[in-house]
Amino acid sequence: MMLFKLSLKNIQKSFKDYAIYFFTLILGVSIFYVFNAIESQTIMMDISASTYEIIKLMTQMLNGVSVFVSLVLGLLVIYASQFLIKRRNKEFGVYLTLGMSKRKISMILFFETLFIGIISLVVGLMIGVGLSQLMSLLVSNMFEANMTKFAFIFSAKAFGKTVLYFSIMYLLVMIFNTFTVNKCRLIDLLYASKKSETVKMKNPILCIVVFIISACVLGRAYYMVTGGIEAMSYSSMMLVVMAMGAFGTFFLFWSLSGLLLKIFMSLKKTYYKGLNSFTLRQASSKINTAVISMTLISLMLFVTICVLSSALSIKNSMNANITELAPVDVELSKNYNVVSDQYHNYTVAQMEDSKVPIKETMDKLDFDMNAYFTDTVDLNLYATNELTLRDSLGNYITDAEAAYPALAYDDAEMIIRLSDYNKLAKLYNLEQLTLNDNQYAIAANFEASVELHNNALATKPSITLLGKSYEPKYEKCKMGFVDIASNRTNIGLFVVPDDAVNDSIRIKNIIVANYNTDTEKGKEEIEDKLVSLDTPETESMTVLNLSTRLLIVEGSTGLGALVTFIGLYLGIIFLISSAALLALKELSESSDNKERFQMIRKLGADEKMINRALFRQIGIFFLFPLLVAIIHSIFGIKFCNYILATFGNDQMLPSIVMTAAFLIVIYGGYFIITYLCSKNIIRE
Amino acid sequence: MENILKIVSIEKYYGNKSSLTKAINNISLEANKGEFVAIMGASGSGKTTLLNCISTIDKVTSGHIYVAGEDITTLKGNKLNKFRREELGFIFQDFNLLDTLTAYENIALALSIQNVNIHKIDQRIQKVAQELDIMDVLQKYPYQMSGGQKQRVASARALVTNPKLILADEPTGALDSKSAKMLLERFTHLNKNLQATILMVTHDAFTASYASRVIFIKDGKIFSEIHKGDSSRKAFFNQIIGVVTLLGGDLNDAL
Repeated sequence: MMLFKLSLKNIQKSFKDYAIYFFTLILGVSIFYVFNAIESQTIMMDISASTYEIIKLMTQMLNGVSVFVSLVLGLLVIYASQFLIKRRNKEFGVYLTLGMSKRKISMILFFETLFIGIISLVVGLMIGVGLSQLMSLLVSNMFEANMTKFAFIFSAKAFGKTVLYFSIMYLLVMIFNTFTVNKCRLIDLLYASKKSETVKMKNPILCIVVFIISACVLGRAYYMVTGGIEAMSYSSMMLVVMAMGAFGTFFLFWSLSGLLLKIFMSLKKTYYKGLNSFTLRQASSKINTAVISMTLISLMLFVTICVLSSALSIKNSMNANITELAPVDVELSKNYNVVSDQYHNYTVAQMEDSKVPIKETMDKLDFDMNAYFTDTVDLNLYATNELTLRDSLGNYITDAEAAYPALAYDDAEMIIRLSDYNKLAKLYNLEQLTLNDNQYAIAANFEASVELHNNALATKPSITLLGKSYEPKYEKCKMGFVDIASNRTNIGLFVVPDDAVNDSIRIKNIIVANYNTDTEKGKEEIEDKLVSLDTPETESMTVLNLSTRLLIVEGSTGLGALVTFIGLYLGIIFLISSAALLALKELSESSDNKERFQMIRKLGADEKMINRALFRQIGIFFLFPLLVAIIHSIFGIKFCNYILATFGNDQMLPSIVMTAAFLIVIYGGYFIITYLCSKNIIRE
Repeated sequence: MENILKIVSIEKYYGNKSSLTKAINNISLEANKGEFVAIMGASGSGKTTLLNCISTIDKVTSGHIYVAGEDITTLKGNKLNKFRREELGFIFQDFNLLDTLTAYENIALALSIQNVNIHKIDQRIQKVAQELDIMDVLQKYPYQMSGGQKQRVASARALVTNPKLILADEPTGALDSKSAKMLLERFTHLNKNLQATILMVTHDAFTASYASRVIFIKDGKIFSEIHKGDSSRKAFFNQIIGVVTLLGGDLNDAL
C-alpha cells in the first residue's frame, strides 16, 4: 500500500516536468486509434464497389503500418522511460539506503508505469474518438464520397487494438525498468549528480577531416539519387545510398558539433558577448553527447518530409492527370490473331474469335455502338520481331545497355499507322503528324522512356519494317499515347506511313469513344451496361478489355487517398517521435540547467538575458537536426519525384507548403512547449 | 574612511504567525572600504541568511541595507540585477563554476554579461589571473582542476568586475588545509594591495583569523565583535578561539 501511494505521489510530482512525455503518449494513442478507425467510418458512406475494394486494401496496409508504428512508438517509450529513470538516481539511492529492496523499487516503477499507461490510454482514446469524427469528414472528402448522414462512430475494433498494442508497449517498459533497477549500484545512484560533466574537446584537425569525408559521402549520395540516377538500376544500390546517407549524417553531426564551436570561439567578438559563450557551450555539449540520437532524429525528420510531401502531391497530381490522360469515356481493346505459346494456350475457337473485329463482337453481345457511342475511333496496333527495342535504338544500344541494364531489349515495339494516329490525336487533342514515305516518328509519355528514345533519336537510327527501311523525322519523341490511364505509361509507340505495315503483323484492335449522352446519369447508365458485358474468357471467346474514365477516376482517387492516409500516418508519428525525443532530452537535463542558470543569475544576468540564452540554446538543439534533414530532403524529394514520375509532378509546391505547415505546427509546437517548460524549471 | 556597507537594524522572519522563526533579529553593522570582515556563527545562527540579504538573493522583512550609499532593499527587477552584476562579487563554498566552460571563459562571462569590450576582457583577465596565480589553468575545464584552483578561479571571477564588495560564503569549506591557506593568503593580498572590501561568512576559526575584524552571530543577533588591530594572526586566532569557547555549542566542533 505504501508503494502504491509513493508511486502516485511521484507521478503527481513529476507531472509538471514530464508533461511533454504524457502529452506525446496521449497523442500517440489518439493517432493510433484515429487511423485504425478509418475502416469503420467508411461504412457510413455512399461508395461504389471498386472504392470499397480500395478501402479494404487500405485497411490491410494501415494494419501493417500500424505494427511498424507501434514499434517506433514502443522504442520511443522505452527510450524515454529509461532516461527518465536515470534522472531519478538520487531518489532510488535514498530508497535503497532506507533499506528498501530492489524488488520493491521495481514495484514502485511498475505502479508508476501502470498509472501512466492507464491515464494516457483513457485520455488518448477519448481524444482519439473525438478526432476520428473530424477524420470522417476528411475520409469522405478524400474518397469523394457523399456522407449519407453524419453519425457518431465508435470503432470497437480500433479501440481494442489500441488498448492491446499499448498494453504490450507498457509491459515491455515494465520489464526494461526492472532490468535497469537490478543493475543499479548504490554508490553510483547517490553520487550520480555529483559527477561534474567532463568536456571532451575533439581534435579540430580530425574534425575537419571527418567533416570533409562525410560531406563528400553525402555529396556522392546526393548525386547518386539525382544527377546520376540512371545508374541506379538495382534495388541493392538503394541500400548503399541509404547506408551512405546514414553514416554521412552521423559523422557530420560528430564533426560539426566540435567544429562549429571552434569556429564560434574564434569569432571572439560574438563569442564573448553577453551569454553567448555559455549558450554555445550548452548547445554544443548537448549535441556532442547525443550524436546518435541527433542522427536518428534528423533521419526521421528527413523521412517525414519526403513521405508527407510526396504523399500529398500524388493525390493532387493524379486528379490533374486524369483530365489530360483519359480524354475519352471508354476504350475497348481486343488482341488480334492470337497464337498459343508457352504462356497461354488458346483453343481453335478462341483463335478464330480473335480475328473478329470489336464492332462485330459488340453486335453479337447486343450492344449498339452507334446508339451509345459518339466520336468513335477504330484503330489497329502492330508489332513484329523485326522491330524490337534493341533495333529501335540504333548505335545508342551500347550506352543504353550500360545505363539501364534491366530493360527488356528484345520485346517487340508497338506500331501504329499514321492515319490511325492522327484520328486519335484529333480526338485526344494531341499534335497531328505528317510523315514522308520513308519516315517514322515515336510517340511516348513515360518520362524515362522519352529520355531513352530522345537519346537514341539524336543518333538518327533507321528501322526496318517488312523489308523497307525508315528514317526518323523528328529528333525528339512526340508526346502521345493510345490507352487511357491515370498516369503516363506509354513507353513508346512507333508511328509509320500507312503502307509500312499490313495484317500479317497486326496484334490488336482498339476502339475509343465518348458516351453518346450529356448527363452524368446517362453516362453511368451506359457504363453499367458496358460493365455487365465484361465477361471473363470463355472456351470460344478471347477477352474483350474494357477501360473507362469513370473506373480510372475511382481507382485513382482511391489510390490517392490510400497513399495520403499512409503518408499522413507515418509522417505524423515520425514527427512527434523525433520532436518528443528532443524535448525529453532537453527537459531531462533541466536539473543541471537549473543550477547553471541559477549561477548565471547570481552573476547578475537579468531575466531577459537568461530567457534569450535559454531560447537560443533550445533553438539550436531543435534546429540543427531539422536543418540537416531539410538539406537531405531537397535531394530526397527530387528522387521521390523521379520514382513517382508516372504520377506527374507538377503539383509539388502546394504539398511542400502543406508539409511545412505540419512541421511548423507539430515540431514548432514541441519546441515552444519545451522552451516554456524549461523556463518554468529554471525559474523555480 | 569611505563607508561601503551599512546595515541598519534588519530583521528576517520565516514561516507564518503560528510558527515564526526569526533568522535575523535586529542586526546593525558597518564595513569600510578595504576592510576584510569575517562573520562567524554556528549552523542556524543566521549568518548565511545575512549574507543572502546583503547579496539581494533574499529580501529582508524590515530594516535597510546600504551599499556605497544606495539602499538595496528598495531595488527591484532589472535594477537589482544591474546592482548585483556591477557592485557585487560572489565566492561560494562549492565554487559554482560552470562545468561546460573553461576557467578563462568562466571569468570572461562575468564581464561579457556587463557587455565589456573583448579587448578589455582579455586584459582584465590576464591581470586578475596573475594576482591569483592561475595563469596556467586558464584554458582548463573545472573537472581538470584541483579544489584550490577552482576556488581561485571563482575568486578571480568575483574580482574581475572590480566590485565594491566581495561576498564569500564559506570559501574554504570544500578545500584541504593547504589550499585553504593559499586562498586566504591571496585574499589578504587582494585586500591589502587592491583595497578590495571582503565580507566572508565562515564557521572555521582558522579561516576567520585572516580577517581584520570578526563578528560573531548567535540566534540571529550579534553576539560580539573583535578587531585584529596590530596583533599577529596567531594571537588573533587565539582571541577568536576564546570567543568561540564562550559561545559554546557546536562551533567547537569546527575546530
